Amino acid sequence: MPTIIPFIPRSTSTALPRLQPAATAPVVFRLPLLQHRISAGFPSPADEYIEKSLDLNTYLVRNKTATFFFRVIGDSMTGANIHDGDMLVVDRSIEPKHRHIVLAVINNEYTVKRLYHQDGVIELHAENAAYPPIRFGEHDELQVWGVVVGAVSRFAV
Amino acid sequence: MGRCGRGSITLRCVAMAGIGATACNQIFALVDVNNFYVSCERVFNPALENQPVVVLSNNDGCAVARSNQVKALGIKMGTPWFKFKDLAKEHNIIVLSSNYTLYGDMSDRVMTILRGYSPNVEIYSIDESFLSLNGMSSLWPATVDMGQSIRYRVRKWTGLPVCVGIGPSKTLAKLANHLAKTRPEMEGVCDLVSMPQAELDAYLSTTEVGEVWGVGRRIGAHLDAAGIKTAKALRDAPLSWLRAKFGVVMERTGNELRGTSCLALEEIAAPRKQIVSSRSFGQLVHTLAVLSESVTSYMTSAAEKLRRQRSVCEAVQVFIATNPFREQDAQYSNSITVPLPNPSCDTRLLVRAALFGLKKIYRPGLAYKKAGVMLTGIGDAAVIQRSLLVQHGVGEKSEKLMEVMDALNRRFGRNTIAIASAGTNRAWRMRRECMSPCYTTSWNDVPIVHAR
Repeated sequence: MPTIIPFIPRSTSTALPRLQPAATAPVVFRLPLLQHRISAGFPSPADEYIEKSLDLNTYLVRNKTATFFFRVIGDSMTGANIHDGDMLVVDRSIEPKHRHIVLAVINNEYTVKRLYHQDGVIELHAENAAYPPIRFGEHDELQVWGVVVGAVSRFAV
Repeated sequence: MGRCGRGSITLRCVAMAGIGATACNQIFALVDVNNFYVSCERVFNPALENQPVVVLSNNDGCAVARSNQVKALGIKMGTPWFKFKDLAKEHNIIVLSSNYTLYGDMSDRVMTILRGYSPNVEIYSIDESFLSLNGMSSLWPATVDMGQSIRYRVRKWTGLPVCVGIGPSKTLAKLANHLAKTRPEMEGVCDLVSMPQAELDAYLSTTEVGEVWGVGRRIGAHLDAAGIKTAKALRDAPLSWLRAKFGVVMERTGNELRGTSCLALEEIAAPRKQIVSSRSFGQLVHTLAVLSESVTSYMTSAAEKLRRQRSVCEAVQVFIATNPFREQDAQYSNSITVPLPNPSCDTRLLVRAALFGLKKIYRPGLAYKKAGVMLTGIGDAAVIQRSLLVQHGVGEKSEKLMEVMDALNRRFGRNTIAIASAGTNRAWRMRRECMSPCYTTSWNDVPIVHAR
């Protein structure tokens, strides 16, 4: 049975109803949680305790339907541990709030910044002193594409 | 919220009684993405926002999706690319080749969201779905609110704009969707179930009969000639007259317009009785060798589809054709059906049969534009009749090989393994000169975000 949450009219709140997404089954690499030798004759005493294997998708992705990946170019977010070449996990279903790291559209480009939204002031902050914050005036429109919920790095080996 | 919603319970029932006595138990919604292919492209390329954008069909043939700006310039659906090339230049229209990998992924996301609203969803096409809203009235006392919620969530989660049409039959839901799309006052959601009768009549009488689902251009002209010019006129035409004059299908449409649901939700697509795989070549093809490569490749994908629906086929048809628009060239087209020794779904056997047929119909010295294959006599793989004679392309060994082949191609990408006669050169492949990256399905293509 799908869970259906009543709709809250836009006029009173822009918050989305929290809907538990349907279980999805992406093709993943499975890492067995427990590894043990197969004993000839006696079954492993650990067999009873084996649970499901870990899937990085379940760790990084909350809402598969609304999640997209982006590759980072640049070093303005190194203070938030987002580095050049990293893969960002972006969730569109999350309502952007003060202090969230967001993906914003500026001059027809995607930009990653920390959202500063307090006391009526809206700014996008870099996490690197070399980059000044971007301020938004009363009539400017800030277009947030999605909220960054994770970053993945791969190291050369 | 939409103006036609928020009706009290009594108002709803009055409207229902007006729309048809037996209609009270059915409510359908049709959710449709606006300018789907163009909207998908815009999600990942903000520079396309508010710009005129056109997406071309396979081989960059003709317009298959247009942004509103392009529609306003009068470019119709299906207009060949060469016919509006100059206009495109003049108005800086951005032209893109179709990227079906991207559209397929975005479509899946939309359908997944819709399944959160109703347990009964019929995926009607890549960008349209019917939902059954039966029994939802306690969750959503006003159906328009549900429509607005769908609209908001799909937009928020995927970036795609949708319109929602709600009606007591699929035909009326489809009509409601058309109204939602074309009347700004509806705010993207139109609920004909709770609409007062007078208002409904007014809308139907300003909707051309050709907009009604199932009324094609030809029948539309016939209806027009018979004095039926609007959706309202069609609804009010006597059913017996519709049946006598246009057949049982039009009588059904008449019933559907009156609010009597005749078309049920088709949640599970019936296994296809015919599988076709064909395409125009990116450039003209002259030799049997190159034609064989393309036919092998088409047959490979057709056989894959056949196995996916767990069917076998009894015969394969091959066809080839020159380009009828090149009047200076000698014209030729032909097809041949090759029966199989026994029903099968083994790519090797199907390809062998197709190439056998191709050799029979191939004529040298011609410039070919198109080739294709069709599988016929499709039946359930589980009910194959066994024979005493030697069987080809069936049995455990064949099944296992095909299973492994499909699994490898699924996991490592198309054509990881293929029949050798498919070749590796593929000069005949589709022309897709301005295709966007596969943003959501390939790690090499994920969009870039700047940190600067």
